[in-house]
Amino acid sequence: MMTDVAIRVEGLVKRYGRVTALEGISFEVRRGELFGLIGPDGAGKTTLFRLLATLLEPDAGRAEVDGCDIVRDYRTIRARVGYMPGRFSLYADLSVEENLAFFAALFGVGVRDNYDLIAPIYRQIEPFRRRRAGKLSGGMKQKLALCCALVHRPAVLLLDEPTTGVDPVSRCEFWEMLARLRDEGISILVATPYMDEARRCDRVALCDRGRLLAVDTPRGIVETFDCPLYALSGGDMYGLLKAARAETGVETCYPFGAEHHLTVGPEFDPGNFRRRLADAGFGDVDLHRVEPGIEDLFMKRMRHE
Amino acid sequence: MNNSEIILSVRELTKRFGTFTAVDRISFEVRRGEIFGFLGANGAGKTTAMRMLCGLSYPTAGFGTVAGYDIATQGEAIKRRIGYMSQRFSLYDDLTVMENIRLFGGIYGLSRREILRRAAELLRRLGFRGEARTRVGALPLGWKQKLAFAVATLHRPEVVFLDEPTGGVDPVTRRQFWELIYEAAAGGTTIFVTTHYMDEAEYCSRVSIMVDGRIRAIGTPAELKRQFAAESVDELFRSLARGAKRSE
Repeated sequence: MMTDVAIRVEGLVKRYGRVTALEGISFEVRRGELFGLIGPDGAGKTTLFRLLATLLEPDAGRAEVDGCDIVRDYRTIRARVGYMPGRFSLYADLSVEENLAFFAALFGVGVRDNYDLIAPIYRQIEPFRRRRAGKLSGGMKQKLALCCALVHRPAVLLLDEPTTGVDPVSRCEFWEMLARLRDEGISILVATPYMDEARRCDRVALCDRGRLLAVDTPRGIVETFDCPLYALSGGDMYGLLKAARAETGVETCYPFGAEHHLTVGPEFDPGNFRRRLADAGFGDVDLHRVEPGIEDLFMKRMRHE
Repeated sequence: MNNSEIILSVRELTKRFGTFTAVDRISFEVRRGEIFGFLGANGAGKTTAMRMLCGLSYPTAGFGTVAGYDIATQGEAIKRRIGYMSQRFSLYDDLTVMENIRLFGGIYGLSRREILRRAAELLRRLGFRGEARTRVGALPLGWKQKLAFAVATLHRPEVVFLDEPTGGVDPVTRRQFWELIYEAAAGGTTIFVTTHYMDEAEYCSRVSIMVDGRIRAIGTPAELKRQFAAESVDELFRSLARGAKRSE
């Protein structure tokens, strides 16, 4: 049965003892979508992945993956998803090619059957195919894990923080691989703690402490930011941070790279603000309006709960 | 306090493993009270260099001092004068907040009375007074990271090494953590930090970017952006690291 929904999550709840990891979340991933689940540690991302991969059962609510119920049809789902857990999950004592052959055998396929899908990734680690997986570098382990998750050409790919701890250049390359797989028709749910990766996704869900803060396109999400945002910079950035927070109309002031971002209330007067900072001895202060990013919105939503 | 005092210095520092040169003749200096961002792609040699600076690994060639002690011959003296915190390991989850403080205070040779005094001050400053008997494993990650930083500076070290201290932390806590760093640096503690968040590189007094075991760029974020005509440290990092021959 083909539907246009790859993953449907409805009121999903999961508790561990007194801790509620997921507090009844709902969203959909459309077929052929690259969907990002963006949030810090403790947001419930891994719990959601384990539920969708049928490794856990929910306490309430329901979910479907590729049209199959995660509790009733768990066997079918396991054959149709590729799951890459956050922790290294390959066999450290098997070589690169043995790991790939092993996962192919588990899924009842040959490595050659879907080789076109994995070839662009596998070619990068092929020079090391006789090396034990445990002896690979972090970046190569991650590429091997992705190959193993793709070996049976899954309809849905579940990737739990594949880019955590990875440097910005390798992260960028990994996202290019994901975009290519999406273009091959694979639906992808990918979790990341890096807010800047949101723009790589067709749609994203921002999550924090077991709840979803927003679900939309990256552009749609920042458009919901509904108050003026200013960027502030100058010589003594730490001094400015503290001084700005004490000023009238400044609601929040946080460092954002080379600038500080200020959210302000209606009583904020930019001219007066500049004058007061100058009087306090800050000489070279620059203040201007800026467009918010995903991280600005995330922080605003976190606060307002 | 003399802010121009050199607290960390390396000359032609090199580490080879067999035929592989992990760190290849790097030279730089860090001044007291600086926040020094030590950037590089995975596999560039950052961890190897940092291990030598902490007195955990001997250089194959070259020379270095930390807090006035030679990294090749006075590793033990260095260990007493530095703090270290990483994302992966910093505190014992199965011990309570107070037990962790006592353990690390003891390791750093503080007297029992001094540990209790500093612990009380630390718990008050972090707003953790109600949590002294909480198991560290039960704390939210952001609290844990702040506590880990406070514990790493409990013995008032001259230099604190922070290895990706904010990985996976939410954006608000990540910024609160950097304010702790600013505060410590303003108090004269030197901060040596690695990070994969390029916005955090902009918070540093100076940064270096390592590629294939060598330092390819070093300076204040503003100087480097000018020198390489880049909009941000992120853009600069990408353009330098893209040329790397070895990825990890």
